[in-house]
Amino acid sequence: MAQKKIGKQTIQFSSVPVITSAAAVVGPMEGQGPLGDKYDMVCEDTLVGERTWEMAEQKMMQYSMELALEKRGLLAGDLDFYLAGDLLNQIICANFTARFLNTPFLGLYGACSTMAEGLCLAGILLEGGFAERIGVSASSHHDTAERQYRSPTELGTQRPMTAQWTVTGSGSCVVERLGEGIKLTHATVGKIKDLGVSNSNDMGSAMAPAAFDTIKTHLQDLGRKVEDYDLIITGDLGLYGHTLLKELMQKEGYSTEKLNDCGILVYDPKQDTHSGGSGCGCSAVVLTAHLLEKMQKGAYRRILFIGTGALLSPLSVYQGETIPCIAHGVVLET
Amino acid sequence: MDEELIRQNIRQREELIKQNILLAEQELTKLQQEMQKEHQKVLLWESRATGAEKEHFQGLRKEIERQQQRISLPQQIEYQSTALLLAPQTTIVKNVLMAFFVGGTICLTGQVIMNAFLQAGLSKLEAGGSTSALLIFLGAFLTGLGYYDELGKIAGAGSIVPITGFANSIVSSAMEFKREGFVYGVGARLFTVAGPVLVYGTMVSMLVGLIYYFLR
Repeated sequence: MAQKKIGKQTIQFSSVPVITSAAAVVGPMEGQGPLGDKYDMVCEDTLVGERTWEMAEQKMMQYSMELALEKRGLLAGDLDFYLAGDLLNQIICANFTARFLNTPFLGLYGACSTMAEGLCLAGILLEGGFAERIGVSASSHHDTAERQYRSPTELGTQRPMTAQWTVTGSGSCVVERLGEGIKLTHATVGKIKDLGVSNSNDMGSAMAPAAFDTIKTHLQDLGRKVEDYDLIITGDLGLYGHTLLKELMQKEGYSTEKLNDCGILVYDPKQDTHSGGSGCGCSAVVLTAHLLEKMQKGAYRRILFIGTGALLSPLSVYQGETIPCIAHGVVLET
Repeated sequence: MDEELIRQNIRQREELIKQNILLAEQELTKLQQEMQKEHQKVLLWESRATGAEKEHFQGLRKEIERQQQRISLPQQIEYQSTALLLAPQTTIVKNVLMAFFVGGTICLTGQVIMNAFLQAGLSKLEAGGSTSALLIFLGAFLTGLGYYDELGKIAGAGSIVPITGFANSIVSSAMEFKREGFVYGVGARLFTVAGPVLVYGTMVSMLVGLIYYFLR
């Protein structure tokens, strides 16, 4: 009998690991967004002084982890494990960042749910007594994602209104067994949901059912209500996906007042992103720059942070497969 | 730790790097940790600064980054030379001979076909074109049947360089990417292998044509 598991998919961290430090590094467009002044570092251009966009994304991930460590007065050597992931083939940004940090490394791929997945795994490792301190990072970059998943960045195409803009940026957290900060109390590990959406320009509607399933299971597992949370925030459903999630929740009688989405918060509607932001970096930078700070200031006491990932590859789309989606939930408390 | 100390450390390490000596594992780790510490410190200063001050710290950070790349070079060279000594030997003589014989056989086949066309009464120009077409067909056909890659395994350049190899590169791409559909698969990726040959082949022939035009 699993002692620390509650209900079907939820884990309880009785030792209560703590996010002691976090940092976000973003590109210029995110810097001009509504959360612009909250990021630790806003890069002047999308190349960050590097030769390629891939290298730029890697540097952003590295910088965000370094800043999170420096703010806490730690060094990479103090980390027992480093958990990180990104969207690029073979998660190269995470691999190269781990090469720089030179710490024991476990690479993650959860598409845009990587931050939530990383926090969940960090919680498990800390709860199990396998580690004292863990670094977690996730990153994405508009240009690297665009050329890998869709078309050359300079191709003159019209993006459909359902399309979302991949966030250029990276967020990192230091999670510790003991310390001052935001507490990690529960995690709900998601199941793959695939309701047959196969359009890679419409991740929001593909991911909404996964987010709904995880929220519903989480509330059932813990016997909680939506009202028990100050905020239930999804990773990158975007405007369209968010509307669909609300619809799904209302249909089953859940209140949707506490619901929000990182993809909506990260950009201003004037920035012409169509359906909002997406990417691993989206939930990572909003969590590290915005949500944790708001919690520290007491605006929120308890939030449910849901990382949503569309686990497609360009190949699977061309081969006519639909998009398997996942959502992992993490409960954060002050 | 302040900027002066960091600059001092940088100068000290610069001396060490210039000597290009193999450092002991412990010392290298120590220096790498020192650089990591300085790097993240400077990065934090940079993130909190603006304007000229920001650029100043950026310069300092870049200096550390350059040292981070250079400091382990002697160690890398040392390891790679060890690895090279233990690498399994490639059978160059055998490969060259096989390439010569298979490539020669393909060319000989071409010559036999061409002679047959000439015998049948085609002009030299027509016979050349027809021979190329037939060889391309054979290359494509054998690729489709799955024999050409077996041949390539033994022959190397011998089966790549002749025109049959070019046919192989296109047909194999078509077969491979058919699974991704006719638009994003075959259409988009047909010339994955042959593309560079076509682009630079055409460009060089234009250049040579131009040179010929002016020298004539």
